[in-house]
Amino acid sequence: MTSIMVSRIRQQQIAQLVADGKRLDGRGLKDYRPIQLESGLIQKAEGSARVRLGKTEVLVGVKIDFGEPFSDRPNEGVLTTNAEFVPLASPEFEAGPPGEESIELARIVDRGIRESKCLDLEKLCIIPGKKVIVVFVDVYVLNHDGNLVDASTLAATAALMNTKIFKYTVKGEEVVKKPGFTPLPLKEIPVSVTFASISGKLVVDPWLDEEEVMDARLTMTYTKEDKICAIQKGGAGTLSPQEIVEAAAIAKEKTAENRKILVKS
Amino acid sequence: MTDKEKVKEKVVLVNEEGIRTDGRKVTDLRPIKLEVGVLGNADGSAYIEMGKNKILAAVYGPREAHPRHLALPDKALLRCRYHMAPFSVEERKSPAPSRREIELSMVVRKALEPAVFLEKFPRTSIDIFIEVLQADGGTRCAGVTVAALALADAGIPMRDLVVACAAGKAGDKMVVDLNDVEDKEGDADVPVAYLPSFDAVSLLQMDGQLTTEEFQQAVSMALEGCKQIHVVQKEALKAKYQSIKEAVEVSEEE
Repeated sequence: MTSIMVSRIRQQQIAQLVADGKRLDGRGLKDYRPIQLESGLIQKAEGSARVRLGKTEVLVGVKIDFGEPFSDRPNEGVLTTNAEFVPLASPEFEAGPPGEESIELARIVDRGIRESKCLDLEKLCIIPGKKVIVVFVDVYVLNHDGNLVDASTLAATAALMNTKIFKYTVKGEEVVKKPGFTPLPLKEIPVSVTFASISGKLVVDPWLDEEEVMDARLTMTYTKEDKICAIQKGGAGTLSPQEIVEAAAIAKEKTAENRKILVKS
Repeated sequence: MTDKEKVKEKVVLVNEEGIRTDGRKVTDLRPIKLEVGVLGNADGSAYIEMGKNKILAAVYGPREAHPRHLALPDKALLRCRYHMAPFSVEERKSPAPSRREIELSMVVRKALEPAVFLEKFPRTSIDIFIEVLQADGGTRCAGVTVAALALADAGIPMRDLVVACAAGKAGDKMVVDLNDVEDKEGDADVPVAYLPSFDAVSLLQMDGQLTTEEFQQAVSMALEGCKQIHVVQKEALKAKYQSIKEAVEVSEEE
């Protein structure tokens, strides 16, 4: 994703190993790095979760507010997803307005949540056309060691599962907060799997050095019912139609595995 | 039920005879018109009409990269701007680039990049500008198709002429080349960009929901669409040189 220099000899080594079905860090081609998930560590946020995927670390905070619905969807609450590449996460990240890579990341995470219909947006409508609940999902990258997409999707979903909305009453046009909380209305648990295509082979959960070597990246997000709900191909290389079919089968299996981590938490 | 939902229920995207809202069958593409060399100043340009989509693409370069520090020592810098005109959609779109446009600029660039011999032009930039004048669903695909032609028109050496087409699910049927209504009211959309000579996919996205089997079907329908559009694309490129050839012949006769 970023252009941290990986020496050419190391690049060749990574590519050669993958061609032989091995990886520099000893994993199999379909293995994830260890995943650690912790929920609810930011008390000021309505929901939060931190995911550690190997050395990649992503924190997601969910904030809830009242706001206006979009004019074409008067009966639905609003979901907005944003990703920050905080400068402390990588020597390649710089402070400033969001670049295309952080926008892409936010949009992949958003697509997974939105298209899986994870959030029941209709239940977040307070007064149709006037007042709805707005859910802000903020992805904060703390340490970038590759595969930000899966770490962020996992953390975002976990944070939504952890989110509590304040209770409220409607007085005319006014909405007043009340003491007490209810959980966010969720219907789905989207889980993504990201591949890197290296030496003509698909590798699951690429770490940073593998991302430097990869020709193309592919993310597939699945629902509980094994339906694909979001896809994004990244990187400047290409994939063959056979690779895409193969990826869909692996992703189905891997998303089911990773979903267990979320359900357990 | 609100009025909006009532309207929504009325939309039959594919009727019992398998005919879509614009009269097409599920495997039919929209009528395409492609024209190469339509702008005076650009090094290369092309125009596409696909259904109600009207999109212009222009290429400048290889030229000196600005700002200079962006120039790469070993290859050309490929840049792409996908932009929608404020009047291209139902409700006026702010001319400032949206997050969607920034993402699409990136995926379109990466769809075209594998085809371009960037290493032939170190320290330069090649800039692609795609302006959507009227949007009718599937603009990123039409954008890729027309930008590839603009690159070819600019004389930039390429491994292949990239072509793109979407397929998806609308009204419970798998359909190719979704129009605006099918895109908005349908169940899923899978845009695909393709390098026919290499049998390689350079853009793949999806929103909506599909089973693995439906997804595979969508990809093969999109690839079939790509192959059909590729024929039209090549003809459009030839037509430009045919017209130049004829003009030269006429002037020689005089």
